[in-house]
Amino acid sequence: MNAPPRGRDLGLMSCHVCRLVTAWTEEPHAVCPRCGSPLHARKTGSITRAWALLLAAALFYIPANVFPIMRTQSLSSKDDNTILSGIVELWRAGSPGLAVIVFTASIIVPMLKFIILGYLLVSVQRSSGFVSRQRTKLYRFVELVGYWSMLDVFVVAILSALVHFKILSRVEPLPGVVYFGVVVVLTMLSAMSFDPRLIWDNRKTSQ
Amino acid sequence: MAAASRLEGMQTAQDLIICEHCDSVYRRRTLARGDVADCVVCGAVLERHQWIGVEGQFALVVTSAIVFLIANLSPIVTLGLSGMSSATTLWGAVIAMWRDGAQLVAFLTAMTLFFFPLSQIAIFGWVLWFARSGRRAPGFARAMWALVSIKPWSMIEVFMLGTLVAVVKAHTYFDVVPGAGIWAFGVLTLLITVFSSLDSRELWTVTREDPA
Repeated sequence: MNAPPRGRDLGLMSCHVCRLVTAWTEEPHAVCPRCGSPLHARKTGSITRAWALLLAAALFYIPANVFPIMRTQSLSSKDDNTILSGIVELWRAGSPGLAVIVFTASIIVPMLKFIILGYLLVSVQRSSGFVSRQRTKLYRFVELVGYWSMLDVFVVAILSALVHFKILSRVEPLPGVVYFGVVVVLTMLSAMSFDPRLIWDNRKTSQ
Repeated sequence: MAAASRLEGMQTAQDLIICEHCDSVYRRRTLARGDVADCVVCGAVLERHQWIGVEGQFALVVTSAIVFLIANLSPIVTLGLSGMSSATTLWGAVIAMWRDGAQLVAFLTAMTLFFFPLSQIAIFGWVLWFARSGRRAPGFARAMWALVSIKPWSMIEVFMLGTLVAVVKAHTYFDVVPGAGIWAFGVLTLLITVFSSLDSRELWTVTREDPA
């Protein structure tokens, strides 16, 4: 089967907000005739923005993992947990299934986001024509799973609100959780800034 | 495709759809129930058959509004420890984070679990109310923009899973009694799954500008 034509080659583009197809324009102040949103053929400053946000996220990811995210206090003990030690505790407490879920959401997903977005950005900058379809799929995967990393942040929020038994037992959030929340937001913004059409635009060898 | 030369002009533009992930141009097809149009080049979903009509969508939004109210007013879980008990709502969690020095997290929690979902329900309800008679609500364009922008930042389903993890963690040391809130969040998660198969942007094609 023949590949369908591309919008860029036909002089067509579509509105980011309402998807109306309009004539191609590079004019910076063009607006969609139907919904009035600014029209961009491609997301503006896609690669620079995506890189900046991704690097910022990677930087914040260090304190997010090094600093404890939660303090559990009881009469006799004070226990600070990082993301990783919280997972180990969950495993030991007899919920290996949930430990795996939290490990996936808090460790694997952010790591995958760094690796995949980094790879997509480098490959686009090098005008790679290699496995474009698979790279677009990787992008969709990052978009789909991105926000599940908020899991640990919400767990700390609920526990902090629930475990409030004066001096007997208390749970408090610690700075790690703030850094982690920032990481999730930054990686989501980075993925949103990336324009997957660049994977197809920049190919050196067009098939 | 040979159609390329006939694609000129805005007249035909209404029947075209461009893949958002690879810029391939297609003619829209009428989809049958359960059909999903995928891009043959990159595999992205172009559009889905809107299996729930405008009336049905409106009913779903009203349902979501009621469930959302219950989810926010009822305690999610109650913990017991030697005769004492402690319950929390979603806002209890927000306030706890704020007081304990994690204001940024409190803000994120309030936005992603309360304000964004609330706006989605309110705005979608507003445009659907008018769309039932084929009209575009006042502020339609801005409302549609808001729906598209808010969507990725609404995280009810993540919170649902977070609650389960928290319950299991707390279960080791406390008696845990699930409240009405956790069921309401569960139902909301199901409703979100239904909404995710709908594309609000279709409202542009099923409504007309008010003649007035």
